[in-house]
Amino acid sequence: MKIGLFIPCFMNELYPDVCVATYKLLKNLNIDIDYPMSQTCCGQPMANSGCSKDIETLAKQFVETFKDYDYIVAPSGSCVAMVKDHYGVFFKDDADYNKVKTSIYEVCEFLHDVIKIDKFDVSFPHKVGLHNSCHGHRMLKLATPSELNIPYDSKLKNLLSLVKDIELVTLQREDECCGFGGTFSVTEEDISIAMGKDRIKDHLDSHAQIITGADMSCLMHMDGIINRNNENIKVMHIVEILAGVEK
Amino acid sequence: MSSKHPLNAKAFVANDERMHWHDKALWFVREKRDITSKTIPEWEQLREYANSIKTHTMANLDKYLVEFEKNAQARGIEVHWAKDAKEHNEIVYNILKENNAKKIVKSKSMLTEECHLNPYLIEKGIEVVDTDLGERIVQLRNEPPSHVVLPAIHLKKQDVSDTFHEHLGTQEGNYDPTYLTRAARASLRENFLNADAGITGVNFAIANTGGFVVCTNEGNADMGANTPKLHIACMGIEKIIPRLEDLSVFTRLLARSATGQAVTAYTSHFHGPVVGGKMHIVIVDNLRSPFLKSEKYQKALNCIRCGACMNTCPIFRRSGGHSYEYVIPGPIGSSLATFRDPKKHKTLSFACTLCGSCSNVCPVKIDLDAQLYNHRQDLTQQGIIDSKKKFMLKSASWLMSHPTLFDLAGKVARKVVPLLPKSMLYTKSNVWGKNRDLPQMPKNSFKELYKKGIEDDK
Ligand code: SF4
Repeated sequence: MKIGLFIPCFMNELYPDVCVATYKLLKNLNIDIDYPMSQTCCGQPMANSGCSKDIETLAKQFVETFKDYDYIVAPSGSCVAMVKDHYGVFFKDDADYNKVKTSIYEVCEFLHDVIKIDKFDVSFPHKVGLHNSCHGHRMLKLATPSELNIPYDSKLKNLLSLVKDIELVTLQREDECCGFGGTFSVTEEDISIAMGKDRIKDHLDSHAQIITGADMSCLMHMDGIINRNNENIKVMHIVEILAGVEK
Repeated sequence: MSSKHPLNAKAFVANDERMHWHDKALWFVREKRDITSKTIPEWEQLREYANSIKTHTMANLDKYLVEFEKNAQARGIEVHWAKDAKEHNEIVYNILKENNAKKIVKSKSMLTEECHLNPYLIEKGIEVVDTDLGERIVQLRNEPPSHVVLPAIHLKKQDVSDTFHEHLGTQEGNYDPTYLTRAARASLRENFLNADAGITGVNFAIANTGGFVVCTNEGNADMGANTPKLHIACMGIEKIIPRLEDLSVFTRLLARSATGQAVTAYTSHFHGPVVGGKMHIVIVDNLRSPFLKSEKYQKALNCIRCGACMNTCPIFRRSGGHSYEYVIPGPIGSSLATFRDPKKHKTLSFACTLCGSCSNVCPVKIDLDAQLYNHRQDLTQQGIIDSKKKFMLKSASWLMSHPTLFDLAGKVARKVVPLLPKSMLYTKSNVWGKNRDLPQMPKNSFKELYKKGIEDDK
């Protein structure tokens, strides 16, 4: 089983530590993992801003880069959702794309559904709040959205519950959006900040010490607000916790 | 009036206390909706039924409209067709004129709001009183409703008290909700008793019976339709459902989605005029039929106006309905408005993080977030989005299509940014950094670390 690691563009540039943690987490499970050098970006920021036509080259490049792997794994729910949901327009019944589409996984989803992991040898003795990022949450169905009347499940919580000594806090609004939304964070700056502040406050009110989640972009947005306002809380990508990184 | 969502939102957010009050009030309704929807085990199946019935109806709309007309006429209801708002208003006015009706009581109808019926009639010398309590409040304040089910949700009881004091002569500073409701009721009683005609909306028109259903919580539509001898009902072409049997699917979904109630307090069936009276129904297209032809936006017509997408929308909750500057606000309004007049409403499909919650609460399963995503692409194709923004995004796409250049750009940024003084980093053009710190720039990208060999790195 050969895994292609997809690292979203901004994580490659800004959050190499989280990428390393992802890599090591998979490597330590004896997974044969490879990071293809020709990758750049899935095109999400452009497409969500209305320029999906312009990302055709990117989409084709992406499929070319990853088509030969058994699985493609990425530490970002929204980028995976992008590839699954929005590339279709560029590929009409294309075997390579269909393969990529069905073999791409968010890393937690991969560990949960494919590897079916049942233990992590790590301890994380902190109070943690889980931020369910919208794209992974509702599009990839990483957990049951609070709106739906279907049996509840949360892949992220299931994984976190395998970590020793961790205490998951209960939030008032389990899957409220943090207000990042790609270029929304800039074009609707006031609402974006208001949403981010409310999201952080929910965690603070629940006495969380750490906000975690499967999307670095949401965490980056909240981290920016936390640092600006000197709030007493930190963000950590979920793979860092699962990989046993201390904060 | 152009649509400027970000600016309007800025103004709404600026009053932090009111913004949070609004957010909490709507979230409370959303939670009520969650609780009651979860008491129905077949909830998701009901949504699927509703979706199928509506989709089927829209594909056969011509047939069902004609069937409805025939059956309604057989019940003594006069049926009128209007192609747009202007025709709609003229038809209503002519009916009123023929019947010498000068005083009108009107129950809630988003369609008449859309057609601007009130100002039209008032200009013709007709007195129009909105009788839904929330509608009455905004009417007295000369404001449009800010929500399809909770038209005055943007106002606090103090605002209502001040408005009633000014217009109905209630005690100044008396904020007691019961007192205020009683005062409104007393004044509305007068209006009902003296009205020459009642105008109502239509929630569901049933093709195989030729009758229609109006849902309210205050019973005001019943008063308005039964006290005067003349009843005019106004509906968009999309309000049709095929059979009486289909109705329960929608009534079960509507109230629960709208307010978390099991049913609306009044679900009134109208199947013909009151004894000795007249009943008219005006069926309006007003830019609806283009939706039927559009694959991407067709489903927007399935909307039953429950308002659930507004209650759940984190942007609506924090920016208020008026910020959308369109008769129907929130996710569904953004799609309707953008389809009808993309230039005017170009910011609305971007007033959204694509969180997808709206599509999940929608009782008829409209693909709201997908529609807003599609609108963005269409606006770009039509050359409506800002050319500067378009250029930037195009350049970014180009850069990302060239891995080596992209890596170089990242490297340069990581080297340069840490050297820059704060005053150069946090400039006016750096909107991200206005209220957020920038992430720390790491020494190396992941790609660089990987090339070096991650294992030896630590
Ligand atoms: S789009 Fe759906 S949720 Fe929104 S008002 Fe219409 S029916 Fe209700």
